[in-house]
Amino acid sequence: MATSTDSAPRRITAPVPSAAHAPIDETEGSGKYRARRIGGRVVLYAVATFFSLFAALPFAWMVLTVFKADSDLYRANNNPFIYNDPPTLANLDLLWNETNYRTFILNTFIVAMLVVLITVIIVVPAAYSLTRLAGRWGESLGILIFLVYLVPPTLLFIPLTGVVADLGLQNSRWSMVLVYPTFTIPFCTWLLMGFFKSVPWDIEEQAMIDGYTRLGAIWRTVLPVSVPGILTVVIFSFMLTMHEFVYALAFVQSSGNKTVSVGVFTELIRGDVYFWQALMAAAALVAFPVALLYNYFLDRFIAGFTLGAVKG
Amino acid sequence: MAVVETRKLSKRFSDEVMAVDAIDLRSTDGEFLVLLGPSGCGKTTLLRMIGGLEPPTSGEILIGDRLVNHLPPRARQIAMVFQSYALYPHMTVYNNIAFPLKAQKVDKAALKLKVDWAALILGIDGLLDRKPRQLSGGQRQRVALARALVREPNVFLLDEPLSNLDAQRRASARDELQQFQRDIGTTTIYVTHDQIEAMGMGDRIVVIEQGRIRQIGTPREIYEEPADTYVATFVGSPPMNLIPDGGDLVGFRPESFFPLDDDGRSSGDDLVRFTLTDAREEYLGSEKLVYGEVNGVKAVARMATNAPLSVRDGGSAPFGVHKQDLRIFDRESGLRRQLARAAQVEPAPVSGAPGR
Ligand SMILES: Nc1ncnc2c1ncn2[C@@H]1O[C@H](COP(=O)(O)OP(=O)(O)O)[C@@H](O)[C@H]1O
Ligand SMILES: [Mg+2]
Repeated sequence: MATSTDSAPRRITAPVPSAAHAPIDETEGSGKYRARRIGGRVVLYAVATFFSLFAALPFAWMVLTVFKADSDLYRANNNPFIYNDPPTLANLDLLWNETNYRTFILNTFIVAMLVVLITVIIVVPAAYSLTRLAGRWGESLGILIFLVYLVPPTLLFIPLTGVVADLGLQNSRWSMVLVYPTFTIPFCTWLLMGFFKSVPWDIEEQAMIDGYTRLGAIWRTVLPVSVPGILTVVIFSFMLTMHEFVYALAFVQSSGNKTVSVGVFTELIRGDVYFWQALMAAAALVAFPVALLYNYFLDRFIAGFTLGAVKG
Repeated sequence: MAVVETRKLSKRFSDEVMAVDAIDLRSTDGEFLVLLGPSGCGKTTLLRMIGGLEPPTSGEILIGDRLVNHLPPRARQIAMVFQSYALYPHMTVYNNIAFPLKAQKVDKAALKLKVDWAALILGIDGLLDRKPRQLSGGQRQRVALARALVREPNVFLLDEPLSNLDAQRRASARDELQQFQRDIGTTTIYVTHDQIEAMGMGDRIVVIEQGRIRQIGTPREIYEEPADTYVATFVGSPPMNLIPDGGDLVGFRPESFFPLDDDGRSSGDDLVRFTLTDAREEYLGSEKLVYGEVNGVKAVARMATNAPLSVRDGGSAPFGVHKQDLRIFDRESGLRRQLARAAQVEPAPVSGAPGR
């Protein structure tokens, strides 16, 4: 506060003398501005570079570790960021050929796809009715539903174990398909409500005037306009499913039905032996595609969150 | 073509908000009917009920003498232009205009013919490949009208279609829209809060206040024979002067209120004289306004800029009104005392003022 009041009078007085020698001062001024602008750029890039490196370091280290030989990795005096011994593909071979990693990926993918499908099918009508049909209670109901998402799985898996057992789904991928929507749906309903709040609803009414039923109007106007929101729901439920751990650990025991997050953990940590390089490889192989996808949709994610926030 | 009629049509949103209150309305065939009223008086709600977007609390809606209360919007054979234009943002202009035809399963070739025809009428045939966000406000309005037009509806419902345009565009758009409606001759219900639009475009004007009809009439009737003090002061700018006189309010338009030279014209016996005190002039170019007080109530006169008037700022001057220009209202109810032409009526003696 104090600085802004200090600088204000200076800014008012400064331009007065320059008006007298307009041509000279203008060129001087533009030079000064250019210098300042370049200075600003330099600082900006320096800061951006620092944080990029900061964010990328764990990934780089992870990838570096994948190709390290045991003899290199486990010697405490070695510099961890260079190859002291020649790099090796043995760790990848271990992961790919001597564990069920490929099955884990397939399982993850199948479960995630089904969960995404269920989530979208339920969340779109839910968010629509809460924003459009529930009147002034919709907002509060949406927040209540979101609160369900905040109940931790470490608490919920106990009662859900009963449900899974009653349905005879223990040790089956279907247990995850059944249980995961319990957290993807509350979260994504809330997320999509934020998007729906920004839909210009008069286009739906216009479509009804133009000769369509309500469902026809939603299908042809509301949904196409909401594609970014629905994509966000798809990616979020996919990611939430992919990194879920507690339920997967509790409900699935046989290796052939496990997903990546639990399978890698149980197969590459044997007693007190950690297969670090293979663990890193397993993590990197799934993290990179998701990170790229996430990056591609980043703007839309931000739009999704802020739409909800600002309009609320 | 069709006649639109409402019978005791009401909409209550909550205990406090009676948005539309027992409206009885009947258009004629091909009429340009304007709903005029201040913001929040229920115009949009009334229009949306006619369109089928808002279920009425009570009352009946008839289009073409057919009861349509139970019909969804798509079955009412109407076209509506929203205040926002409600163009489909993900479709090109062509697809926007074609959208209602696709609902009717018009075949491809006929559809293209119709879209081109509507686009040509509205002068947007060069814009068919654009998206709505690439259009100016005026172009959007035309696209919305073209989309309404292709349906060949029985009724047009237009909700403040010009309010998003800047002042200059609005004047020409008003003209074009009126011409367009005359040409196609479709019954049109047009909502606005702008009295200039209403006066210029409407065959008849429905003045609405707080969900109730105050008066229905031609622009001339609304202006010259207002049914009550609300209409008298809502229409006209500056509004009608209302001078209290016993249980009456004596009303006259600012342009009927003219200065008297001290002896000359003051003798005419159809003249009622007032003294304007605390006068103040406002120069408006082609005309000027003289503000002041009559019997302690604010009054204003409008005259040509070159009208002879010698009054100092803050001084007094004699002013007069012809008796046939007086409109007498009941002070309690605000209703007009005589609905016949005021000229045939014995003018009420205006106490105080004519005494000079
Ligand atoms: N959906 C609604 N829910 C509650 N009140 C509403 C709703 N729509 C309009 N209203 C109220 O009804 C009244 C009339 O609104 P509206 O028809 O939009 O007026 P206008 O179009 O003449 O400005 C206003 O007081 C408004 O607040
Ligand atoms: Mg309105």
